[in-house]
Amino acid sequence: MGRVIGLVAYHVFKESVRDKVLYNLVLFAVLLIAGSFVVGQLTAGQDIKIIKDLGLAASAVFGLFIAVFIGVGLVWKEVDKRSIYNLLVKPLRRHEFIIGKFLGLALTLLVNIAVMAVALYVVLALMNWLDPGLGKVSTEAPVLDPQLLKAFALLYVQLLVVTSVALFFSTFSGPMLSAAFTFGLYIVGHFNADLAHFEDVVKSPAAAWLGKALYYILPNLAPFDVKAAVVHGQAVSAGYIALTAGYGVLYAGAMLTLAVLVFARRDFK
Amino acid sequence: MSSQPGSGRRPGAGALALLVGALLLWGAAVSLQAWRERYYSLPPAASEVLYFRAGSAVPRVALGFDAVLADIYWIRAIQHFGGTRRAASGDKSYRLLYPLLDLTTTLDPHFNMAYRFGAIFLTESYPDGPGRADQAIALLERGLAADPKKWQYAQDAGFVHYWWLHDYRTAAAWFDRASRIDGAPWWLRSLAATTLAEGGDRQSSRRLWQQLYETADNSWVKNNAELRLSQLQALDQIDALAALVRRYTQQFGRSPVSWGALVSMRWLSGVPLDPSGTPFELDSTQEGGVVLSKQSPLSPLPPQFTKKTGPTS
Repeated sequence: MGRVIGLVAYHVFKESVRDKVLYNLVLFAVLLIAGSFVVGQLTAGQDIKIIKDLGLAASAVFGLFIAVFIGVGLVWKEVDKRSIYNLLVKPLRRHEFIIGKFLGLALTLLVNIAVMAVALYVVLALMNWLDPGLGKVSTEAPVLDPQLLKAFALLYVQLLVVTSVALFFSTFSGPMLSAAFTFGLYIVGHFNADLAHFEDVVKSPAAAWLGKALYYILPNLAPFDVKAAVVHGQAVSAGYIALTAGYGVLYAGAMLTLAVLVFARRDFK
Repeated sequence: MSSQPGSGRRPGAGALALLVGALLLWGAAVSLQAWRERYYSLPPAASEVLYFRAGSAVPRVALGFDAVLADIYWIRAIQHFGGTRRAASGDKSYRLLYPLLDLTTTLDPHFNMAYRFGAIFLTESYPDGPGRADQAIALLERGLAADPKKWQYAQDAGFVHYWWLHDYRTAAAWFDRASRIDGAPWWLRSLAATTLAEGGDRQSSRRLWQQLYETADNSWVKNNAELRLSQLQALDQIDALAALVRRYTQQFGRSPVSWGALVSMRWLSGVPLDPSGTPFELDSTQEGGVVLSKQSPLSPLPPQFTKKTGPTS
């Protein structure tokens, strides 16, 4: 079973490379390098902070687009091209197909995030080397701060959650609708802490209960965002990272299970 | 578009033709745009647009990109301040400066430099800045609410009261508050006492800026302290030169018309320069007869010290 899933995952990764998805890394590097030279002229000595903000935000945006736009096509493309018929007659079970697709995209995202993190560190090292005084302006965090990796790690887990949501929608819906649903949940995921305190703004106990239920059902993505904290050198504890990452992995697992459930019941005749 | 055998065209010729065609179309579009702009001028740049009003909803609308949005608003605040300051027009309005800083710090409540530099920008007197010490203090108080351990914000608020509002009692209270925060330097406590006892004389001001200059953790705060120290030095130089001008007037019954008169008396070795290297000017219409050149980067001098006692060091 593991080998079959690995093969599917490998093919998804290979396909993303063939589709030139990794070209966004070049764009990312160019954006960072160009940005670092432009902000130096505009920011009154805050270059390092802004490069870190820009690097982390760009990683989040590029990662989100890859997760959504590839994620929503993972299953739909196979159905649309009718290659799903050839695949399902092979010794490949439906859940292996879904898990393999997910892991393939997870690998693509991992490579993306890793390369973006390296690119950010390289740009920071370059700026520090060109002007060692820049590091002294910001006393909050070192220029080459290892804490940045914590932000990248949680960003990656957040993208796994988004990928699982996109994959779930792609098992029963077209790419346009799936992308709209996934982006919608991404936005809701940054606001749903409000639902936890819904009883403060509504009188109806039923509505408050519904709000609370939705808070637990919908993905809670805001806690994955520690970008500002690491840039300001604020402590992000290992316990917080472990609990947040654990939540993300479990949530992604739940969405994958639902995706398998829906996909297993689909009739391709 | 594919090349046919025997047609004599190279395989890349079609692609090259397309590329040239695209370049020609692009060139024509740009020319047309330039032509249109000769008759229908572009709308002014939207630098006076705020997009958002500050509010607790803004960081949440940012969907996790609040730090980058804060950076954008910070850059806009700098551009608004610098652009207005350097504008040739007489009517300079800094009305967006505080809202931009407010938004920046709402989006990123720990943006240290937005509070500290923002306070410097806000306090600069008109026309070099809005001259809003009240807004600078409000901004620093917000910073302290976000980061109660940042003694630098309390220190900066003390400086605003000291330098711009000349309220030495409140300044001393702020320095005292800063000195009680963990990690604050030892000298803040003595600064609080000195400020209360000596008020705003030139010597205590010099001590105050010297301390800030020596302990500043970034070049902007350091440069600002250096500017104030140079202004105090220029004031001392003006007092010394005014004494020479008085002596000349008493001796010859008229004011000197140029520095050459004092140089020929060997009272000066040459045209006197302020700490920025700009020559001082003689102006018999002014008290003392000596003024700082308006071209000097040190201009204008702080008004509270211009009619004070003579040199103190």
